[in-house]
Amino acid sequence: MIKWWKITGALLILYTLVWGMLGPVPRLDILNETIRNVYYHVPIWFAMLFQMGISLWFAVKYLLDPTAKNDILSNQAAQVGLFFSIPGILTGCLWAKFTWGTWWTFQDPKLNGVAIAMLIYFAYFILRSSIPDEQKRARISAVYNIFAFVMMFVFIMILPRLTDSLHPGNGGNPAFGKYDLNNNMRMVFYPAVIGWILISVWILDIKKRLAILNYEAEHE
Amino acid sequence: MQSPIQQLIKKEFLLEFRQKSTLAGIAVYIVSTVFVSALCFKKIIHPVVWNALFWVIFLFIAVNVSAKSFMQEGKGRGLYNYIYYSPRQFILSKMAYNMVLMLVLSLLTFFFYSWFVGSMVQDMGLFLVCLLLSSTAFSAVLSLMSAIASKANNNISLMAILSFPVLMPLLLVSVRVSKNAMDGLAWSVSSNFLLILIMLNVVVVVLANILFTYLWKE
Repeated sequence: MIKWWKITGALLILYTLVWGMLGPVPRLDILNETIRNVYYHVPIWFAMLFQMGISLWFAVKYLLDPTAKNDILSNQAAQVGLFFSIPGILTGCLWAKFTWGTWWTFQDPKLNGVAIAMLIYFAYFILRSSIPDEQKRARISAVYNIFAFVMMFVFIMILPRLTDSLHPGNGGNPAFGKYDLNNNMRMVFYPAVIGWILISVWILDIKKRLAILNYEAEHE
Repeated sequence: MQSPIQQLIKKEFLLEFRQKSTLAGIAVYIVSTVFVSALCFKKIIHPVVWNALFWVIFLFIAVNVSAKSFMQEGKGRGLYNYIYYSPRQFILSKMAYNMVLMLVLSLLTFFFYSWFVGSMVQDMGLFLVCLLLSSTAFSAVLSLMSAIASKANNNISLMAILSFPVLMPLLLVSVRVSKNAMDGLAWSVSSNFLLILIMLNVVVVVLANILFTYLWKE
């Protein structure tokens, strides 16, 4: 049975894909039509952060209550989060090429932050794969998950003090929210955020069920 | 009567000095690394390059020093410690020992680096404070990472994979403060970053205290 929120998520994404391309946007220098990227790029990052938050939540939960389900959810949410970072980076690169003139730059704290976040989660999966014992793997990777998330959070907080950001809304650049995220854009942006988060939860739900089935099959 | 933490720290020092080869090994590692970079770079004119090279060397020495801190803990000794000490005492003593060791070694690195490559630091006081705070924070992070890596079959490359991304915030702040010290900027410019370094120290020590309990159980 498909639940209502799954349909809502799919419809919201469909709506933002179509209306994001067709709807009216403010005419701004340099940004031009690339401003539409705010409908795709930003919500995808929100979905990634949301999944990594879920991963952290179940890591904490696992340490307090060590059940296989908590570990599976923590692991799968980290996978979904890492998966969402790929379209997040691709849409960002495309946008950067047309506005900043480069695919990637080390001058921007958000770009560095996401690179570090991806490295942390790659390390998390490598750590998981190098411990054969199930319970030990779950416990140790939960510890790393929590520690790495806190350090990543600190990193994101302090980085803007270290380098000026090129991103809109930072380092003296005009924010989208200030005057160009007008009501027309809000009508697409907020549904996009909700839609992408719902879709990410749907993906997580499927992956979780598959992982639990695999787990049960192994422990017959 | 010594407190358990004092006993554990004393044990670490005793073990280290009984087995002088490891300590001497690290000293030689430092000298040869600095020497190699001195030979490769010949002369460093640009302060940014000086700074970056110093911190890269610092990072690798820190990882090498701390990597072994949990590797020597065998199964039997682990069981013994488990009976007599609490996990909090254990990780605190490890971190304290690693902090002292790393502090000494970072000073040694700085000494050789200034000797071979040349010193460009204008505000020595600020640089040393920065070195102190980053040594403690680095060794606190790496103690916990070493504990994690030791549970995963003592893989040395795993240690680097796990710790590099986590160390990045620390490293960037340290690089910034030491650059300020090199340029001889006023302390008020760096005070914010020094506060961040102190805060990172506190955060890491507190987190390691909470999390190590779960790592320790076999």
